[in-house]
Amino acid sequence: MNQIDSATRPEMSLLLPPPFLRWFAEKGWQPRAHQLELLSRVQGGESMLLIAPTGAGKTLAGFLPSLVSLTERGKIPPGSAFTGIHTLYISPLKALAVDIERNLMKPVGDMGLPIRIENRTGDTPASKRQRQKINPPDILLTTPEQVALLLANGEAERFFKDLKYVVLDELHSLVTSKRGHLLSLGLARLRRLAPRMQAIGLSATVAAPMDLQRWLAPQREGENHHAGLITVTGGAKPNISILSTEERVPWAGHSANYAIGDIYRAIGETKTTLLFVNTRSQAERVFQELWTINDDNLPIALHHGSLDVGQRRKVEAAMAENRLRAVVATSTLDLGIDWGDVDMVIHVGAPKGASRLAQRIGRANHRMDEPSRAILVPANRFEVMECQAALDANYLGAQDTPPVGKGALDVLAQHVLGMACAEPFDPLELYAEITSASPYAALPWETFERIIDFVATGGYALRSYERYAKIRKTPEGRWRVSNPQIAQQYRLNIGTIIESPMLNVRLVKHNARGSLGRGGMVLGKVEEYFIEMLSPGDTFLFSGKVLRFEGIRESECLVSQGYKLDPKVPSYNGGKFPLSTYLAQQVRKMLADPARHKALPDQVRDWLSLQADLSMLPKEDELLIETFPRGSRHYMVIYAFEGRLAHQTLGMLLTRRLDRAGLKPLGFVATDYSLAIWGLEDLGVAFRNGRPRLSDLFDEDMLGDDLEAWLNESFLLKRTFRNCAVIAGLIDQRHPGKEKSGRQVTVSADLIYDVLRSHEPDHILLEATRNDASTGLLEIERLGDMLARIKGHITHRPLDRISPLAVPVMLEIGKESVNGDAQDFLLAEAADELFEDVTGEHHL
Amino acid sequence: MHRIAHAISALPDNPALSARIAINGVAAICDPLGGLYLPDLDILVVSDLHLEKGSAFARRGMMLPPYDTLATLRILEAVIARHDPKTVISLGDNFHDRVGSALMPDQFRGMIETMARGREWIWINGNHDPDGTVGLPGTSADELRYAGLIFRHEPAKDATAGEIAGHLHPAATVTRREKRVRRACFATDSRRLIMPAFGVTTGGLDLRHKAMHGLFDRTSLVAHMLGRDRIYSVRFSNLLG
Repeated sequence: MNQIDSATRPEMSLLLPPPFLRWFAEKGWQPRAHQLELLSRVQGGESMLLIAPTGAGKTLAGFLPSLVSLTERGKIPPGSAFTGIHTLYISPLKALAVDIERNLMKPVGDMGLPIRIENRTGDTPASKRQRQKINPPDILLTTPEQVALLLANGEAERFFKDLKYVVLDELHSLVTSKRGHLLSLGLARLRRLAPRMQAIGLSATVAAPMDLQRWLAPQREGENHHAGLITVTGGAKPNISILSTEERVPWAGHSANYAIGDIYRAIGETKTTLLFVNTRSQAERVFQELWTINDDNLPIALHHGSLDVGQRRKVEAAMAENRLRAVVATSTLDLGIDWGDVDMVIHVGAPKGASRLAQRIGRANHRMDEPSRAILVPANRFEVMECQAALDANYLGAQDTPPVGKGALDVLAQHVLGMACAEPFDPLELYAEITSASPYAALPWETFERIIDFVATGGYALRSYERYAKIRKTPEGRWRVSNPQIAQQYRLNIGTIIESPMLNVRLVKHNARGSLGRGGMVLGKVEEYFIEMLSPGDTFLFSGKVLRFEGIRESECLVSQGYKLDPKVPSYNGGKFPLSTYLAQQVRKMLADPARHKALPDQVRDWLSLQADLSMLPKEDELLIETFPRGSRHYMVIYAFEGRLAHQTLGMLLTRRLDRAGLKPLGFVATDYSLAIWGLEDLGVAFRNGRPRLSDLFDEDMLGDDLEAWLNESFLLKRTFRNCAVIAGLIDQRHPGKEKSGRQVTVSADLIYDVLRSHEPDHILLEATRNDASTGLLEIERLGDMLARIKGHITHRPLDRISPLAVPVMLEIGKESVNGDAQDFLLAEAADELFEDVTGEHHL
Repeated sequence: MHRIAHAISALPDNPALSARIAINGVAAICDPLGGLYLPDLDILVVSDLHLEKGSAFARRGMMLPPYDTLATLRILEAVIARHDPKTVISLGDNFHDRVGSALMPDQFRGMIETMARGREWIWINGNHDPDGTVGLPGTSADELRYAGLIFRHEPAKDATAGEIAGHLHPAATVTRREKRVRRACFATDSRRLIMPAFGVTTGGLDLRHKAMHGLFDRTSLVAHMLGRDRIYSVRFSNLLG
């Protein structure tokens, strides 16, 4: 631990009770300056946000105010009146809550503090949960879902009345999601139950700390309330480099196979390496490639969210004991836990966001004063530029974490029902409470009323469900649940994480007669949509093995060992991140500035100068569009640099418009950097003749009617609707007594969507669905910003042949067709042609 | 465009691509709106309307949209207008639960009365609504035999020639070039036929599901799938491409 200057010492002995001072002294440690500052400001009555890198002693800092306060309070004598919990700790991960309990018990035990610490998660046995309600611990470690459950209970008031502190861990990852929205509403309720409660947020570095500071404090219209801020800057700057290689960096693709030899050598030269990749399929592939060349039999393991929990725990344990040389992993959140001594982080593929890179590099070396070592491995030439941009950003300390966002309406509906389950509520009071949560600060009263109406009877214009209402108004004007079953049903369906239907993957053997045996090991889970596109005999990569798909038995996917080296179905797109706006802008800048090309590897520099010779390099705010013929088709490539999701939306909308202009587009493919559209007509000639004019084609009005028309047919919207309907409580994921399978929910939600859309298109749940889709999956806001930016800056370059810059996206054509998220347009197209060749007798 | 929207444009003289087939020798037309018309008998068959499904759920605390009955009846109006049959047979699960027909709003009751005017209407009882209908025109029955055909809700295991049943909500999946399209279908091997579910919020069960096993002679089984505005007829053996 750090030495702190002696000037702070008198203060320290005032702040810390004797057992703490003795403990620090025995350990030969000093409390850090930020830990003491946090303690002193919290004791002064402030809510606080602590932003610090990994390894800065954030957890101890967060708990210090509680530990001191509880030590001063002393043990509650038996026979005293009921005392509720003192401190609530909320973490995004169950595993983290369990881990923290272990880490916290140690100093508490060493110091002999009279403090009871317990955790409460979905895995906690019912008897223990019941006991916790009757005899609460001093510090309760839990997750957002459990907080919502505790608050929806009639005893919430009693349980939380003595609450002094709420400690929110990994706040940066919580606030941007619907879980964060639900938690912000929970925090508002906690504040009502315990008006003097203070919130302590712990976070990695974020782009806009003030958003989090407001999130931690109650909001009032026209007033500016926010938590105090303590920022601990990282000690040593990380030592990051881009992999320099003798190999040829490919034009396109995400596998980074070319670099496997270099990566393997780097693993051999360090003690422990964490290898991050962006998708599960990438993780599988990199893992497999490493083992193919692992002549030294280095212990290299695989870790991602779809693997069986038991397997993941084994890898984590081996890692903590420093028994592994490398782990291939997908996401930092999978690994909130202590990972032992990691010397180096290798990032395969571009990190897609500057903050994501910083957080992942932070995983190397938990001692914050030593520099972390990291190597970035771009998978293709565009990624070389993106890696360079991310690296520059890291030295500048630039951040691009997503904004907190407007509170979701489906979450609000869930919360309103939960509050009615706790006790009858007065709508005006609840409205004031809800709008004190920053994501809902701007919620209009009318919307709140519609939400109450929705919770009560579905909120339909045809008011036929009054007699079945879930909540009813009492003569005193309060809303209460109609019967206890409603509350029971609510408790079973709480939460905001909608699981896409998952199937167990079970490894089976063929028996002597050639039929499939029973039993066998469960390797993990995969999404049903992935399995649905497989036919028996197809091979795919999972859990580090090439597997042969055998079939589905009940709710399990049966596989056998595959022997082919090359899996037939490569795409398992779990967890792909879009390119952040910040990095996209940096890549555009880099492209436009030849002086910055010098920092890039030779291969990439040559590629760009060839592009400048044969076509052109777009300026930072210019939209370059190239058109060229190839084979029997004509192509247009749009260099928008707005990420794959925004490009897919743009592709859908542009093809609609081109179709209307009679240009018969046949298809499109999107990457993070550009979009290619092709058809049979010469697009170059059409644009030159102004039929249509490019400025009209790219006019912002495409986000009006065209978007609306497309959205209504979109499969994406149906899937979003399903999630909203489950979160809002329209459809139950679970019914008391009988589990509804994910599949059944999918089927009925689609049909309900069709019925609702054709009969009440303005229904609040459809509004919630459109809000969600436009911010998340479709990136419509981002697209709108781009269309505004490029107005008057469109440059059309008609070419005779493909340009160097166009090669990467052209190589993606055909690959995309396997499966993707937003392919229903293509599916519909395929379905039409498909049915053409179906044989059968047809008569008018 | 989905079936609900299509029904609105399905005028009586609006030509639709139907499939002309025969069941146990009796001529039949599969209409893309989901009804089976028997021209020689002037009978229209529909199945699994599941009327008042929304309100059945609402009674249990799930406030599904109350528009499913209206949407289903609109499609029924369109298909009746197209064929103007002397007799309508609804093959069971006419209502989603036992109390559905008694509690149905008058507006919908009126729509059914108008449709039934001048026709014979037969409600076959289903497993969801075994007690028949309340306050509606027509007669209820568990089973009906007529002109070499047997109309019942649940298909019998010992396949009787000429059986027309519902209950299973058959759907077929066509796979081509790694893509799949799934639609509700009329399933028939010429001996017997299972009707697609007519109600707008009814899901489908794939022809490969084990509940379908043994019902058909698979070599002559054809799925007549409901497309946007036509029937797509695909042999069972051709579904996978």
